Amino acid sequence: MAEFRLPPNSRIKKGKHFAAANGSDNVRQFAVYRYDPDSKDNPRVDTYEIDMNSCGPMVLDALIKIKNEIDPTLTFRRSCREGICGSCAMNIDGGNTLACLKSVDEVRGDVKIYPLPHMPVVKDLVPDLTNFYAQYASIKPWLQTRTPPPPDRERLQSKADQELIDEPSACILCACCSTSCPSYWWNSDRYLGPAALLASYRWLVDSRDEATGERLDDLEDPFRLYRCHTIMNCTQTCPKGLNPAKAIAETKKMMAERRH
Amino acid sequence: MSTTERPLSPHLSIYRWPITMALSILHRASGIGLAVGLIALVGWLMSIAAGPESYLYFSSFMSTIFGRILLIAWSFAFFYHLSNGVRHLFWDAGYGFEKSQANASAWVAIAAAIILTAGFWVVVV
Repeated sequence: MAEFRLPPNSRIKKGKHFAAANGSDNVRQFAVYRYDPDSKDNPRVDTYEIDMNSCGPMVLDALIKIKNEIDPTLTFRRSCREGICGSCAMNIDGGNTLACLKSVDEVRGDVKIYPLPHMPVVKDLVPDLTNFYAQYASIKPWLQTRTPPPPDRERLQSKADQELIDEPSACILCACCSTSCPSYWWNSDRYLGPAALLASYRWLVDSRDEATGERLDDLEDPFRLYRCHTIMNCTQTCPKGLNPAKAIAETKKMMAERRH
Repeated sequence: MSTTERPLSPHLSIYRWPITMALSILHRASGIGLAVGLIALVGWLMSIAAGPESYLYFSSFMSTIFGRILLIAWSFAFFYHLSNGVRHLFWDAGYGFEKSQANASAWVAIAAAIILTAGFWVVVV
């Protein structure tokens, strides 16, 4: 059942303020969710003033500047800084995206930064993605075949068949979509969520995969697939411009079509 | 430290609602509104069954501003649920999933619901 209020240990308190040095004319304020697992305190929101004249353009640049120059205890995941690893997924200015792809200029007023929504928080901006990865594993994200492969070459695909899996294969599993989905917020224990379902669709439409029936059987359940109510937050928020909502709708169509 | 003690990150309170999310929750709310509105329909039928006096009492209550607001809200719930239901039929057939299409069809559904509700009251009253 949907629990709209945060549990008592998760309610956010006011945090510390770190003012910028005097004299800078291009200051932006960043409000960042902080949680320290080693203290008994509730999460808080700290505010940092940053001189943008000495900071890179992206939100990730500002976070790295805060960690390097103001507060080394600030904790977040990052790696590639170019939108391909998916590590720096977080909620910025009310939407889930990658900090490395989000320009500070796109945000009006304070830049509010929270971890991905409705997730257990390990520390600061680092959510626990154990369940998310387990759901991805549960859709068996690998090629399943029964027929033996051709003796002299790989299993080939036509260009048209390859194009079907082109877009869903581009998912980097950053979890922006799943954690933007209210259905996933209320039912992440039983609903697979847009990311796992997009991955599932990628194998359902793969012309080389021979387990389509079993894959659909696994989704035949009131929750795993059908908790999607076409809210569209997943597609609206995907930093890679993918369309999980459409993939889920196509999967529902495959379900309906095989009943006839 | 046990993982169950981990705080839950904020969700509803910090998420900026896309128009599609607002319409989705309005679809459910209007569905509930339609069901609640059935009480008024049953009350109307019961007042007819109980005779002219109770019918007069019921219809005069529904003619008050409060009664009218209830009826207008109920009719809007009906027309909104209908318009957005048609939007869902297109989705079920696999159409309209691009961001631009979903956002545009959201405004079409709202406009259709307002126009149908207004038209209904102009024609009926």
